[in-house]
Amino acid sequence: MKSKELLLDPVVKNNPIALQVLGICSALAVTSQLKQAAIMGVAVMIVTGVSSAMVSLIRNSIPNSIRIIVQMTVIASAVIVADQVLKAYFFDVSKQMSVYIGLIITNCIVMGRSEGFAMKNKPVASFLDGVGNGFGYAVLLLAVGVIRELFGSGKLFGVSILSLTTEGGWYQSNGLLLLPPSAFFIIGVLIWVLRTYRPEQVEKE
Amino acid sequence: MSETAGKTLTVAAVLCGVCSVLVAGAVVVLKPKQVINADLDFKKNVLMSAGLLKPGTDINEAFKEVEPVVINLETGKVAEGVDPKTFDQTKADKNPDFVESISKKNDIAGIKRRAKLQKVYLVKKDGALDQIVLHVYGKGLWSTMKGFLSLDKDALTVRGFNFYSHAETPGLGGEVDNPKWIAQWPGKKIYNEEMKPAIDVVKGNVEPGMPNAEYKIDGLSGATLTSVGVENTFLFWLSENGYAKFLTNVRTGEIQ
Repeated sequence: MKSKELLLDPVVKNNPIALQVLGICSALAVTSQLKQAAIMGVAVMIVTGVSSAMVSLIRNSIPNSIRIIVQMTVIASAVIVADQVLKAYFFDVSKQMSVYIGLIITNCIVMGRSEGFAMKNKPVASFLDGVGNGFGYAVLLLAVGVIRELFGSGKLFGVSILSLTTEGGWYQSNGLLLLPPSAFFIIGVLIWVLRTYRPEQVEKE
Repeated sequence: MSETAGKTLTVAAVLCGVCSVLVAGAVVVLKPKQVINADLDFKKNVLMSAGLLKPGTDINEAFKEVEPVVINLETGKVAEGVDPKTFDQTKADKNPDFVESISKKNDIAGIKRRAKLQKVYLVKKDGALDQIVLHVYGKGLWSTMKGFLSLDKDALTVRGFNFYSHAETPGLGGEVDNPKWIAQWPGKKIYNEEMKPAIDVVKGNVEPGMPNAEYKIDGLSGATLTSVGVENTFLFWLSENGYAKFLTNVRTGEIQ
């Protein structure tokens, strides 16, 4: 596969959230604010890219019997480093996101790309595949984040767009959008739209 | 790919070694920066409750006007032999020597126990006491809400407050963060004429002509339990089990 395909296919054609339905948990947790969604997206991109590349680099010497544990160790190390960097440079955001950065370890996308792609492919291709899947995840996270933050609290990236009634404006915010279940509905609708537009993504009965 | 027990163990050992060096390295290298961040964040919250944080304020510069003091809640006086610079409130809250459980009857804030030593912050203005910032916490609906309450030098009038940590429902109880709601607190009185804690979060809106309006705050609509939690948190910390003795000493001028 070409690099461009590796990078861009996971955005629409093979989106990890919309088509593979992976990584839903964190998509519910961190999308009430765009800033959090953006940082989470970038963090997952880097972690998936780096851990896929590392797993691919040592793929020929990983004993088959412990390969999942080896992948997990690599991923966990990458996530801890990412968490520490965020704490050092984006303290406010890392405080708000608390455990969710650590929970990237359990994000199925990271593990799925290591096991499904990096174990069989060269490091550069694996890195691109990891970044691409992280990017697909980030794009969906941002889409959900725009809807939730704009209609839930009238803001985008913390800047007021719709003035709220609670602050003397005209917009009555939708409280449901600030709660995690709303992300389920939004992701559901996005998957519906995507599959109407690209019917080949619909699973065969 | 040959697979013997020996090879499997070697790979596992080497991998663990490499990963632990990587993780430990990151922690050690980034630690100083994280400590500075945590410290700045803390100072920011103290200044915010005192209303001293404006856009562009240099936090460290503004904090020079703030003097931390460790007090003993039982005597209401400055605790002897404790250096406020090295005193760690989080550790003290867990230290069995300082922690006392609160009887069920008195535990209106739902916190079960509290340390008798508390760090408070005296905000000075031109060298004289201007505000007193108290650390308070108590149960809301879902979470323990932690924050700072700032009082005027008369130890009677609210100057400001903010919660730096809570997990109330966004949009309902989460409105405890709403600047518009917080804006009605400054100027309210915390004690009535008999010096009993009197702050009262009411249902609905407070009209200026209402009796005792100076103690009353609008409730958060749709968040009765959070509103009650805020009220009880303040009532507890202003009671005899909280800062009451200390605040009396401030009023008599014993603490400056």
